[in-house]
Amino acid sequence: MADNGDEDAQYRIKEGDYVVLKRGDIFKAVQIQPKKKVVFEKQWFFLDNAVGHLYSTTFEIVSGGTLQPQRPKSTQSTCDAKEAGTDNRNIVDDGKSQKLTREDIETLKEQGLKGQEIIQQLIENSTTFRDKTEFAQEKYIKKKKKKYENIVTILKPSCRIMAMMYHGREPGKICHLRYDTLAQMLTLANIHAGSKVLVFETCAGLVLGAVMERMGGYGSVIQMYPGGGPVRAGVESFGFPTHFHDMLHEFPICHVNALLAGTLDTTAKDPNADAAQSSSTAEEEPTQPDPGQQGSPEEQSMDTSSGPDPPQDQDKEEKEKRKELKAQEKKVKMEEKRKKLAAAAAQLEGQNADGLVIASRFHPCPVLIGLLKFLAPSRPFVVYSQYKEALIECYTKLKEQGGTVNLRLTDTWLRHYQVLPNRTHPVLLMSGGGGYLLSGTTVATDNSKPAGSQRAEEPASKRLKLTDTEG
Amino acid sequence: MSFVEYSEFIQDGDVAIVYLGHDSMMPVKVQQGAQTQTRYGVIRHSTDLIGQRYGSKVTCSKGGWVHVLHPTPELWTVNLPHRTQILYTTDIANITMMLELKPGSIVCESGTGSGSLSHAILRTIAPTGHLHTVEFHQQRAEKVAEEFREHRVAHLVTVRNQDVCKEGFGVTGVADAVFLDIPCPWEAVGHAKAAMKKQAGGRVCSFSPCIEQVQRTCEALAAQGFEEISTLEVLLRVHDVRTVTLPLPDFGPDAAGETAAPPPAAQNHASLTCKTTTPPREMAGHTGYLTFATKPRT
Repeated sequence: MADNGDEDAQYRIKEGDYVVLKRGDIFKAVQIQPKKKVVFEKQWFFLDNAVGHLYSTTFEIVSGGTLQPQRPKSTQSTCDAKEAGTDNRNIVDDGKSQKLTREDIETLKEQGLKGQEIIQQLIENSTTFRDKTEFAQEKYIKKKKKKYENIVTILKPSCRIMAMMYHGREPGKICHLRYDTLAQMLTLANIHAGSKVLVFETCAGLVLGAVMERMGGYGSVIQMYPGGGPVRAGVESFGFPTHFHDMLHEFPICHVNALLAGTLDTTAKDPNADAAQSSSTAEEEPTQPDPGQQGSPEEQSMDTSSGPDPPQDQDKEEKEKRKELKAQEKKVKMEEKRKKLAAAAAQLEGQNADGLVIASRFHPCPVLIGLLKFLAPSRPFVVYSQYKEALIECYTKLKEQGGTVNLRLTDTWLRHYQVLPNRTHPVLLMSGGGGYLLSGTTVATDNSKPAGSQRAEEPASKRLKLTDTEG
Repeated sequence: MSFVEYSEFIQDGDVAIVYLGHDSMMPVKVQQGAQTQTRYGVIRHSTDLIGQRYGSKVTCSKGGWVHVLHPTPELWTVNLPHRTQILYTTDIANITMMLELKPGSIVCESGTGSGSLSHAILRTIAPTGHLHTVEFHQQRAEKVAEEFREHRVAHLVTVRNQDVCKEGFGVTGVADAVFLDIPCPWEAVGHAKAAMKKQAGGRVCSFSPCIEQVQRTCEALAAQGFEEISTLEVLLRVHDVRTVTLPLPDFGPDAAGETAAPPPAAQNHASLTCKTTTPPREMAGHTGYLTFATKPRT
């Protein structure tokens, strides 16, 4: 199973691929498109030249925004037999140590000097550089590199990279879910190939994508969504193969009650989600904006009078044709939507799902109580919330209700380290918090009250997940 | 039952987890005719377990009851027989994500130890991946191989009884990810590189309790050309949900010359009740440092 030429192709960047750009600790997800200008970290460039190169290649950005694969590790070009001070007792900050002015540096840049060369110039024109300690010199070079080296690495997207990217760039979009917390969720929910998993998230599709990656296209995922449609911007960036999407179902959360009561009509022509709009917000743009499906095709005056058309009528006819096409498309879309709803409903009906993952900006309590009903007994569930108090409420409610064991309210604390010879210490800044998790396992509910619980109000309509199998 | 596939009913030969109550569980090997003693009385496998649905309540001989749970790698981690120090779920979760494991991944691991991480890896890489695990202690290697068979995951794993620092992983150019939990990981970095795919690069992780081990490992990784070297530590905090009552002090009668008596509710036992969480009295303050790196394409 070693690599060969045939397999080699899958490690190369292709046109249309979803990739992640990396510079330092900054990531950005983009799609490879011909002649597309990309702006990343105050630089602009075109990705055309990256096509055909292996993933994880580092490119240099040269003038005109073209990418050039970087030569193998340019060894630290700073002269090795360099002198260095032992301490800073004689270094005075007079603001005059750098003899190059800002203008000089700009000129160097305009001359098209490479980042490396500019840094070399800066070092040569720094009066204090030679008096600095070795460590301080290294630090100085590192800082200048960050500023003047125009390099970018192109990576294959993965859950690790996407989670770090979102947490760094747009934490608000993912409810401040830190990547180590996401890692806990995937593990605590025992997400794996072949299972049937329910996901309710408003994290731009990051959590959904992470779950899909862990399932590798085996099994099924039912995404419960609020509002007019599921948000999947994040899923797109994972660049999954098409067959991964065959396992993905979606179900509007506003139909959950109807489904449980058995009154959901999936044959209805118009599973219109307008009732659900109450909870959709501006930040969430459904991938398929739900048109207010009122107009039936008949109403759209499709007067397709055939016959020879005078030339001046061509315009009109074009319009008519377009209208007809649109109406047809709409019909097809509606039918598709109905089919999808029916398929998702069928998946849920058995109430035998294998796992439940919740991470949303909604109050987790009603979501959890509502969706737990779809889980088979002895299956794990995990709920994320940015706030501990919301999960305390969930915990209390579950204890009252019964039907779950092994409840744990946790969070994780993450610390990075700088590891360098004689300079090892924790990184100076660490994340203040990455949210909280409530996890547990479902068990069979029976008619006797769980011990030590207050009477839980059980709505009569609630179908018991199973009856005790006392033979 | 299998550790990589859920099933509905308990069968002869399964490993089931008996949940006795808060933080109290035990693993049970289900066998026709066998009995298991618990503090609630006896569980008779033939009648109480076999054929029952996972998640059901089982009434024991003394009238108490327990729940029987389907095994998962996470439940196994807290119930397995320790033959070594083991990795816990918090670290395992991060290792799994940071090594980018998924169905189909080929993974190398050493040492196998008690198999806590191995089970989690197997769960994640099934059905098409493979784990090559190396354990230099012969009895431990045999024991863990037997467990893999019992848990019906043997088809996904190869256990080798050799010294990873001297003989490597027994495979070359196939792995997407390598995990090291050994005393001298820096001695195995070269073998790790050799085990990994040539073109695709891949991810490596080393778990070490001491910072000196981390330093040597990072040096070795850098020397071998590994990139994106990053060391981190993750700690789990558990929050116990409690209702607390805080008494309110009595300041005596109001000096404003109020004629009205204070409301009776606030008289004797003035207090406020609220739901909160308390930290456990003690928690794990350190398990180990996790060092990750990316193998460059060669």
